[in-house]
Amino acid sequence: MNLQVTTTQTNTKRTLSIPWGQLGIRSAALVYLALLLLVPLLIILQDGLREGLAEFWRQITLPAAWSALKLTLWTSTLMTVINIIMGTLTAFVLVRYEFPGKNILNGIIDLPLAIPTLVTGVMLVILFGPQEALGAWLKDKFDFSVMFAPPGIILALLFLTFPFVVRSVQPVLMDLDLSQERAASTLGAGGWTIFRRIILPPLTLPVITGGLLSFARAIGEFGSIVIVAGNIPFRSQTAAVYVFGEVESENRLGASAVSIVMVAIAYGLLMFAEYLRNRRSKGSKKEST
Amino acid sequence: MSVTESPRGVMVKTQSPFLDWWDKNKGKWTKWSLITLVVAYVAFLIVTPIVALALGAFEQGIGKVFSSLNHPDVFLAFWNTIWISLVVVTIHAIFGTLVAWVFVRHRFPGRNLINGLVDMPFAVSPVVAGYMLLLLFGRNGMLAPVIDALGIQVAFAMPGMVLATLFVTMPFMIRELVPVLEAFDTRQEKAAATLGANGWQTFWRVTFPALRWGMIYGITLTFARALGEFGAVLVIGGGVQGRTETATLFIYRALDERQYIGAYSAALVLGLFSLILVLGSDWLRNRKR
Repeated sequence: MNLQVTTTQTNTKRTLSIPWGQLGIRSAALVYLALLLLVPLLIILQDGLREGLAEFWRQITLPAAWSALKLTLWTSTLMTVINIIMGTLTAFVLVRYEFPGKNILNGIIDLPLAIPTLVTGVMLVILFGPQEALGAWLKDKFDFSVMFAPPGIILALLFLTFPFVVRSVQPVLMDLDLSQERAASTLGAGGWTIFRRIILPPLTLPVITGGLLSFARAIGEFGSIVIVAGNIPFRSQTAAVYVFGEVESENRLGASAVSIVMVAIAYGLLMFAEYLRNRRSKGSKKEST
Repeated sequence: MSVTESPRGVMVKTQSPFLDWWDKNKGKWTKWSLITLVVAYVAFLIVTPIVALALGAFEQGIGKVFSSLNHPDVFLAFWNTIWISLVVVTIHAIFGTLVAWVFVRHRFPGRNLINGLVDMPFAVSPVVAGYMLLLLFGRNGMLAPVIDALGIQVAFAMPGMVLATLFVTMPFMIRELVPVLEAFDTRQEKAAATLGANGWQTFWRVTFPALRWGMIYGITLTFARALGEFGAVLVIGGGVQGRTETATLFIYRALDERQYIGAYSAALVLGLFSLILVLGSDWLRNRKR
C-alpha cells in the first residue's frame, strides 16, 4: 500500500514538469495494444457473426467442423488428465525427495518451452513415422499407429504442456507450511489424515490452474499436430487444422465460426485460471497479515 | 504467465511428519518407484524425441546434413526468420516496456482490462492469429482499399508476417517486466529526482539498469518464440518458396516433399538455436545472482 502512495506522488511531480509526457506514453501503450490485439479480435467476431447466429451455428455443426471440435476437446481433456497426474507427481518427487540427477531432471522440465512446436512434431515423426523403425514395429506388432491418429495428437500436446502443471504445483509444494503438519501430527492425526486435510487442500488450486493453462494451450495447437496427425477429416483433423483448411479453400464463414469457438473456450479458461490465481494470492495475503 | 519464471528450487531437507509417516509405512520402495516412474516418464516424453531428432538428422552421416542445408532456399528461409525475429524483438522491446510501465505506474479507468488483454495471444491459435490478419489485409480484407491506395503489400509479404509474429509474441516482454517493475523501489527514483535529475536522466540512470535483466529475459523468450512461429506466418505469408518461406515453413515443405534429411537437419538447427538462446540467458541470469 505504501508503495502505491509514493508512486502517485512521483507521478504528479512528473506530470507537473512534463505535462503531456505521461498522457502521451499512456496513449501510445494503449493504441499499441488496441491495434495489435483488440482490432483483430473484433474483426473475427464481426466476420463470424455477420450472417447471424443461425448461420454461425450451422457452420460449427457441419459434420467435419463438429468432429474437428470434438476431437480437439477430447484429446485436450485426456492430455490434461494425464498431465495433471504426472505433473503433480513430478513436482512432488522434485520437492520432497533427494536423488542423484535431480537438478538435471528439474532443468529438463522447461525444455519444451524453448523448442518450436513444429520441431516437436518433427521429433515425433522421426520416432513414430510409418517409415521409421519404432513406428513400423508398433504398427506390425500391435496394429497401433501414433501418427495420423489421436495418440500422436495427445503425445504432442503432452510434450508441449508438460511444464505448466509442474511449475504451477512446485512452488506451492515448496512453500507448504510444515508447522501445520506438525501441529496436526501432535494432535494425533495419522498420515492419511494429514495428507487429506493439510497437504491436499492448498494443492488443489495450483493443480487446477496448471490443468486449465495446459488445456487452453492445447485447444489452439497447430504446428506439431499438423505434422503428427496430418489433415484427415473425421479422423485426425483438429479444430486448428480445420480452420487452416477452410482458410485455404476460402470458406471464410466456416473458418471464422470455428475460430470464434476456439478462442472463446481457450480465452474463457485462461481468464478463469487467472481469476483463481488472483483469489489465491489475495487469500494468502489475508492470512499473512 | 508465471510458468517460465518459476523457481528451480533446491529443496531443503524437510522434517515433514507426513513424510516421516510415509517413509516409515511405505518405506524406500515407494520413494524409488515414484522417482523411477517420473524419470521414465520424462525420459520417454521429452528426452527420447530430442535424441531422436539428433539421430534422425545424422542418420546418413554429417556430410549429408551439411549438403542438405547448403541450399539457397535454406539460407533464405533462415534469413527471413532471423530478420522477422529481429524486427519483432525491437518493436516489443520498446512498446512492451512502454505497456508494462503504463500498467504498473499509471492508474486510470480500464487499467485492469490491459491485464486480461495482454494474455489473449496465449489463447489464440496461431492459425487464427494469421487468419485475423488475413481478414484485415487479405484480398477482400477490411483494410484492402487502404493498403492498395498506399501501394504496400501486407498479406503474403514480410509486413504481414512481422505483424503475425508480433501478435503471437505479445505477452512475453510485458509478463517479464511487470513483476520487475512492481518490485522496484520507487524511492531510488525519488532520491535521484531530489538530487536534481530530470525525468529522462532518472529513467536511464536508475530505472533502466534495474529493468535490464527482465528485459534481457523478455527479449530472449520473444526471440525464441518468434524463431519457432509457424501457423500464423503460414496463413498470412503463404510460404511461397524463395520469397516468404521462413525456417519453419521450409521444414514443413521439406517434410511434405519427403526430403527427410533436409527437414530433420533444419529442425535440429532451429531447435538448437532456440534452446541455446533460452538456456544461455537462463545461465547468465543465474550466474549474475
